[in-house]
Amino acid sequence: MTNTTSKPQPVSQPESDRYWAGLKNEEIWLQRSTTTGEFQFYPRNFSISEPENGSEGIEWVKVSGQAELFTYAIVHAAPHMGFVGEVPYITALVRLQEGVIIPTNIVGVDPEPEALCIGMLLKPVYEHSDVSQTLLKFTPA
Amino acid sequence: MPNKQKLQNLSGRAHIVGVAESNKLGKVPEKSPLVHHSEAAINALDDAGLQFADVDALFTAGWSTLDVAEYLGIHPRYTDSTSVGGSSFVIHVAHALAAIAAGYCEVALITHGQSGRSDRAPIPRNPGTPMAQYEAPYGIIGPPISYAMAARRYMHEYGEDRTRQAMAEIAVSTRKWANMNPMAYFYDKPATFDDYHNSKWVAWPFHLLDCCLVTDAGAAIVITTPERARDAKNGSVAILGAGEGHDHSGISQMPNLTKAFGRHTGPQALEMAGITHSDLDLAMIYDSFTYTVLVSLENLGFCAPGEGPDLVASQRTAPGGDFPVNTNGGGLSYTHPGMYGIFTVVEAVRQLRGQAGQRQLDNCDLAVAHGTGGLLSSTGTVVLGVQ
Repeated sequence: MTNTTSKPQPVSQPESDRYWAGLKNEEIWLQRSTTTGEFQFYPRNFSISEPENGSEGIEWVKVSGQAELFTYAIVHAAPHMGFVGEVPYITALVRLQEGVIIPTNIVGVDPEPEALCIGMLLKPVYEHSDVSQTLLKFTPA
Repeated sequence: MPNKQKLQNLSGRAHIVGVAESNKLGKVPEKSPLVHHSEAAINALDDAGLQFADVDALFTAGWSTLDVAEYLGIHPRYTDSTSVGGSSFVIHVAHALAAIAAGYCEVALITHGQSGRSDRAPIPRNPGTPMAQYEAPYGIIGPPISYAMAARRYMHEYGEDRTRQAMAEIAVSTRKWANMNPMAYFYDKPATFDDYHNSKWVAWPFHLLDCCLVTDAGAAIVITTPERARDAKNGSVAILGAGEGHDHSGISQMPNLTKAFGRHTGPQALEMAGITHSDLDLAMIYDSFTYTVLVSLENLGFCAPGEGPDLVASQRTAPGGDFPVNTNGGGLSYTHPGMYGIFTVVEAVRQLRGQAGQRQLDNCDLAVAHGTGGLLSSTGTVVLGVQ
């Protein structure tokens, strides 16, 4: 991956097409177990909380995107040629209201520890691309 | 679930009889990864007093055993390419113990060779993995960022200042050990607390001196039956306990960022060996980052969650301290070609056999070697002892 100068793009898989298609429309669709009600990220062809029910055991639900900051790092050394022009940038794990944790970036805030507080409330930002998937990022609510 | 009685019966039923590095570690652009594999294998078999023709089992990670066996010109009757990151080679020690005890083989060779610094043909990654799909597009790529996010969560749960101090203690104490190891990348370069705090940010909260080296290096281990170990040229070390497993691949799927899989493998390995933490004379803990040591010691059960900063305070883990950790200088200051776990075992064996030179511990009879692979994903723990 380090021999290319463009950022790695998501390669949507059959089980995740609906997730990525939702983001194109600025909608967040998550999977939920039909029996336990537990949400999961990332999309799969079954529920990991009730695997015995197979594909019958999951449903897609549109969620609000309200989230809180769970943890983060501020990247100063680009890990890939595609991010050389981005540093410093904030990588994060955020917890959606539905309980799942997703990997993302925090944008619209200084990349300084003083500007970030674990537990701070966040709202979604959709970063569209003509050539690839829409990325789901977050900014302070 | 692991069967405790059967594991206790397995304890000590294979011995490590040879360990070695490849001939030159550090910046070695003139040698390919397979050259590191072969040099280490030659050196470890020589250490054991055995020949290539004696080897009937091969273990490696990163590469397939097919390619390594072909290059070495050997024809193993038992083969294991378990590849779960840098912990793999510690796990191979456990697998070799089981295979030898079961009768599949008598002389197991574990090899590693990696040119993390100079490789002309790095291994490509699979874009179909969930990690590539959900993390990489956001620039969550490579170990420093993932481990930094875990460390930031640890700071939130247990206090930022004391976590920072613990990370600095580990960086400085590990460097002191490297200054006593002629094979260490930083053998001639001391580091102070000021050097730590003044080093540049890689991924906040990680300074450069929180992060392991990226080197070219290889190592190998030879394991055999207790009976054949009696003829070992330089002495042998019994494999007394082992545990392995994993939780996740990408960091965003880690069930609990401050509880890696060592929470299972540590207690299992010690119980199998029939010992407690206070019996151990040496802890070799995979140090991809300073934080990895801090959290691993807690996970293994050396102290309660959140008490790691007290455990490593005041240079207790440094030369002369009462809790020696990573006496080779670790991945932080000795060598780290990308996957480092095998070197924790190499050093533990040297200390147990009394062959660690200037850095030799007094009365070292029991050691634990603990590997962490991937993004705090997998762990492998072994307890080794002189009998």
